[in-house]
Amino acid sequence: MSKDKFTILTSTAVPLPVENIDTDQIIPARFLKATTREGFGENLFRDWRYTSDNQPINEFVLNNAAFGGKILVAGKNFGCGSSREHAAWSIYDYGFRVVVSSFFADIFKNNALNNAVLPVVVSDSFLAVLLEAIQKDPTTPVTVDLVNQEISFAGKRETFEINAYKKECLINGYDDIDYLLSLNKEIREFDLSH
Amino acid sequence: MSAQKPKTIFEKIWDAHVVKRAEGYPDALFIDRHFIHEVTSPQAFDGLRQRGIPVFNIQRTTATADHNVPTKDQHLPIKEALSRHQVETLRKNCRDFGIELYDLGHPFQGIVHIIGPELGLTQPGMTIVCGDSHTSTHGAFGSVAFGIGTSEVEQVLATQCILQYKPKTMKIEIKGTLGKGVVSKDIILYIISKISASGATGFFVEYAGEAIQQLSMEARMTICNMSIEMGARGGLIAPDETTFNYLKGRKFAPQGEAFDRAVAKWKQLPSDSGAVYDSVLTFDAADIAPMITYGTNPGMGMRVTDRIPTVEELKEINEQKSFKKSLEYMGLEPGSALLGKPVDYVFIGSCTNARIEDLRLVASIVKGKKKAAGVEVWVIPGSKQVEQQAVKEGLNKVFEEAGFELRSPGCSACLGMNEDKVPPGKYCISTSNRNFEGRQGPKSRTFLASPLSAAVAAITGKVTDVREYI
Repeated sequence: MSKDKFTILTSTAVPLPVENIDTDQIIPARFLKATTREGFGENLFRDWRYTSDNQPINEFVLNNAAFGGKILVAGKNFGCGSSREHAAWSIYDYGFRVVVSSFFADIFKNNALNNAVLPVVVSDSFLAVLLEAIQKDPTTPVTVDLVNQEISFAGKRETFEINAYKKECLINGYDDIDYLLSLNKEIREFDLSH
Repeated sequence: MSAQKPKTIFEKIWDAHVVKRAEGYPDALFIDRHFIHEVTSPQAFDGLRQRGIPVFNIQRTTATADHNVPTKDQHLPIKEALSRHQVETLRKNCRDFGIELYDLGHPFQGIVHIIGPELGLTQPGMTIVCGDSHTSTHGAFGSVAFGIGTSEVEQVLATQCILQYKPKTMKIEIKGTLGKGVVSKDIILYIISKISASGATGFFVEYAGEAIQQLSMEARMTICNMSIEMGARGGLIAPDETTFNYLKGRKFAPQGEAFDRAVAKWKQLPSDSGAVYDSVLTFDAADIAPMITYGTNPGMGMRVTDRIPTVEELKEINEQKSFKKSLEYMGLEPGSALLGKPVDYVFIGSCTNARIEDLRLVASIVKGKKKAAGVEVWVIPGSKQVEQQAVKEGLNKVFEEAGFELRSPGCSACLGMNEDKVPPGKYCISTSNRNFEGRQGPKSRTFLASPLSAAVAAITGKVTDVREYI
């Protein structure tokens, strides 16, 4: 599947200062019954966003018109729990292209990278000042520069790590299957001899 | 030839499966066994169709329906339209691509992580993946097994390989012997409570030590199953005579002389002496008691006799905020005890604790007794084979007499995808693996515990120290 290309993004950001946000919160299991990748955005954070009779919960940040943008900023250990890729699909489908946290769960990180959502790992202290700044002024622009591996806002900046292969995939819109299919002959030989 | 660097079991298996290692790229890792189910596979099959390619090796792929299936009247068409569509999509995909499916009604159907081992499909030294984070269960056999997302399911279907960076290694050693009433579920809940829900992120764990070696295969699976709940990529246990005895005669295990040859090979797997781990943690079995969780991640656990921490006992401000939110959700007071707390539901099931030994543990507590008034108890066997064995041993009678409902196999109330949901605000003591907000149904409240602790709570109607009961 061809993916969006990602180089640099400047956007306002949405603060979600909660730790250990598991993928059951991102997309509850009862919404995993679809057989396509689309349409999960409307149920992103469903049970934090809506009451049981489908009324918006005003206190939740996605229901606050002051906040918006393509960058989600969340507490540490984001995406823990279930391996459901639906979590990454719902974040993408809602319109986010970057999630910033001080720590990501492994499977979520892979799933995000496979779906043109960039997980940006920052230090605890940078996360704290970023959360404070966007909570105070929701119009604060935040820039994520993948090429130079740098995140910045209001004169503050920090570099972030990403492995070179995944970076190349995101910048060019490649996916892993393209690479693996190119190894078909070697894999076939391995399978027979194994 | 010069002496080779000592390797851990994890490194031996990983290195033996690297098809291609290129500078700057993740390893292309060959996958021996791929399990699929209805929830995380449909989009992957669509990907194959779009590319016009077949499944690379159908012999290495096995499917079952488990996450989304009803646990009552499985012989009838699934009532809920979306669930039915998802299971029918799996049927179509397996038919179109030629994959073996253990569908509803098949004698081998069940929770994917329960049927793999019981059929002998899971073997030492293998690499195993599934679009489910509890794939780590299979590590109990000394295999490298881990959960993947749907894009990766597509990769494996298309190429029998996955692109992965090699995780770091961690050894968790449990010294000594477990006390009365303490079982493998308590070991893993104890470890997670000590190192937190993210304490092993980036690592592949090897469990070792006397207390682990003494466990049965099924008890080992419970430990490896919950590796992901501390963030680990997976968890494994070196194979030994317990492993070989379990596998002998299983349907898809090597048979006869081939089995003996396989055992000789499997005996080479355990970590070499002098092998180096990136991290080593040691705990004492004597420190482990029956455990229970009080919060909304599996790291929020304690001995059943302990008190919930106070807010002040937590160091970080952010942690305090999340802690308060979690206890509010649970309707619990910081600093309070859980002993004596009434429960509304008891769920015995899931890939963590729905094997025959788990049902035997439950039966040993409830035999000749009745459940407490007002408590609803669901016993969901992990597979058709477990269900049949339970009937053969008369456990179904024990459960019936106690007022428990023995249903048909599936993931059920572990994740509440089907109709088995705990109602809003109700407390459920559960043998499953996750106590996340809404996991067992919107606004449900979960206490994770062992089958023994869940069984005793079913009888007393409240959180109870099982040691005072046996």
